[in-house]
Amino acid sequence: MLGSGILKGLAVTAKNFVGSYHDPKRMVTVEYPEQKTNIPENYRSFPFLVSENAEDPMGSLRCVACQICEKECPPQCIIIEKSKDKKPDAAGKMQLYPAVFNIDTSVCMSCQICVEVCPFDSIKMDQVFEVAATERFNELLLTRERLAKPNSYYHQIHPTEAAEVDGRLTAERQAAAEKAKAAAAAKAAAAAAKPVVASTQPAPAPVAAAQKSPPPAA
Amino acid sequence: MIGQGSAPAPFSSLPGPTVRAVHDQFHGDLLEVSMGPQHPSTHGVFRMVATLDGEQIVKLKPVFGYLHRNHEKIAENTTYLGSMPYTDRLDYLCSMSTNWAYALAVEKLSGQAVPERAQYLRIIMAELTRIVNHACLVGFLFNDLGTSFTPLLYAFREREKIIDLFESLSGSRMMCNYQRFGGCRVDPTPEWLKAASTLVDGFPRFLDEYETMLTGNEIMLARTQGIGRLDPQHAINAGITGPVLRASGVDYDIRKVDAYGFYPRFNFRVPLGSHGDTYDRYMMRILEMRESVKILQQAFKELPEGPIMDPKAKIRGFRPKAGEAYGRLEGPKGELGFYLISDGSPNPYRYRVRPPSLINLTLLEEMCLGHTIADSVVILGSIDIVLGEVDR
Repeated sequence: MLGSGILKGLAVTAKNFVGSYHDPKRMVTVEYPEQKTNIPENYRSFPFLVSENAEDPMGSLRCVACQICEKECPPQCIIIEKSKDKKPDAAGKMQLYPAVFNIDTSVCMSCQICVEVCPFDSIKMDQVFEVAATERFNELLLTRERLAKPNSYYHQIHPTEAAEVDGRLTAERQAAAEKAKAAAAAKAAAAAAKPVVASTQPAPAPVAAAQKSPPPAA
Repeated sequence: MIGQGSAPAPFSSLPGPTVRAVHDQFHGDLLEVSMGPQHPSTHGVFRMVATLDGEQIVKLKPVFGYLHRNHEKIAENTTYLGSMPYTDRLDYLCSMSTNWAYALAVEKLSGQAVPERAQYLRIIMAELTRIVNHACLVGFLFNDLGTSFTPLLYAFREREKIIDLFESLSGSRMMCNYQRFGGCRVDPTPEWLKAASTLVDGFPRFLDEYETMLTGNEIMLARTQGIGRLDPQHAINAGITGPVLRASGVDYDIRKVDAYGFYPRFNFRVPLGSHGDTYDRYMMRILEMRESVKILQQAFKELPEGPIMDPKAKIRGFRPKAGEAYGRLEGPKGELGFYLISDGSPNPYRYRVRPPSLINLTLLEEMCLGHTIADSVVILGSIDIVLGEVDR
């Protein structure tokens, strides 16, 4: 019968209309500013810099200004200037730090490539999304003061990933500390062995190698 | 708005009055209507300059390029990894398959192997993307037919569930940036796989409801059957691919022809049309969604455990050896290919995209001739274009 297809379709529409009042499967709208959906853990918006110490964020940035993210950033929205002096990092090693670290969020496309290429786990993705600004330039250009967020915040937004990163960093620092200790012991042993002219024992070979930290892969 | 059109005016695509009279020595007095670039039915910033004889289209010129963003040249100036997020922005409805096409080309260039689990994940993502794309297309097609949003919102309701899955996996709803050279970026948790599997199992129910609502609708049949016919000879000559080609009855699916990825392990059929009209193109999408559900159900059942990245894959300092490669796959819109020439440096020497939307759009005039301007909107909707990919 002509028109039966239309009537069948209208029946479906009526079912959906009635369902939209009581069936949770058909109630899909969220009244946004009042209600909010849960953000998944993997959600990413803009990058931020991880600092170890919440009291002194500028002094405890993990970033060592290696500028890899600046080079790899596809839209080139990261601007880094290296410091002239060095500061001790969390493991006590003297490192450069970023004197300037700016991210232009009006250019950033939230692709996460900076996070993937960072060898020091110092830049991570934030989850803020209500980032409207009233001015186009300075408010959207995030300086290192605005980018720095403590490690506890990172644990709060990406718990699984942060736990994994922290485990890896602790293991690395322990290994580095043990290596430094072993190197120091070997050095002391070599120094002790040196005055004894008669000794034919060769100096431990891996001293030089152990003192050097592995260079970041270029 | 009609201009001073007594003198014969040459056919032009230059910006000018939206409606003007032209004179043609065969047809007599005609009306040239410029639809777009800001027209809701042109699916983005796209312009159709249609010359009308009464209601009928006697000439139609697609004008595009309004969304050109220099994609290929940008990719030649960034690293191989750096243009992966840009490929998301090509076809912004199906970033997962565009990522895969690019990864496929780079892997061909560098000779990287992909672990088994990553191959399965890629197929899962590509088929979910196909469902997302076809659901969007079907919704928008009905919008073009004048159903004022109800079918579109039903389709978007289902699409949103898949997009949410993409978000919880890759971090972004549409700009997934998920594939990497030699594998995938994030390993889905068992909970994610379970949620995806439940969603896919429930999808045919939605399709049944959708078809009850619309496939038998007499107005829809009258508006689509016999409209915008494309014969297979024309389609093959113009290099049309994807569902538009298969609607004309040409059995050409790169999943079967190239057998890339692990597709030969999957049992699925390629739907074929016989008339090549708008209705066949619509049905092609519905049937392909049903086949995608079958592929996904097999993939969730057989998904092996294991690594998702090639252990030799490099994130930093990736330099494939000098050479050239063309990687292609059956995207939701047709043959999506990336052609790369490497000179051994970190950037590609030449980077070229073969966009299915652009090439499918070239026969728009053939399909529209003799129909009314209202039909041309429906025909354009059934070709399935995304202007991000047409203009690049």
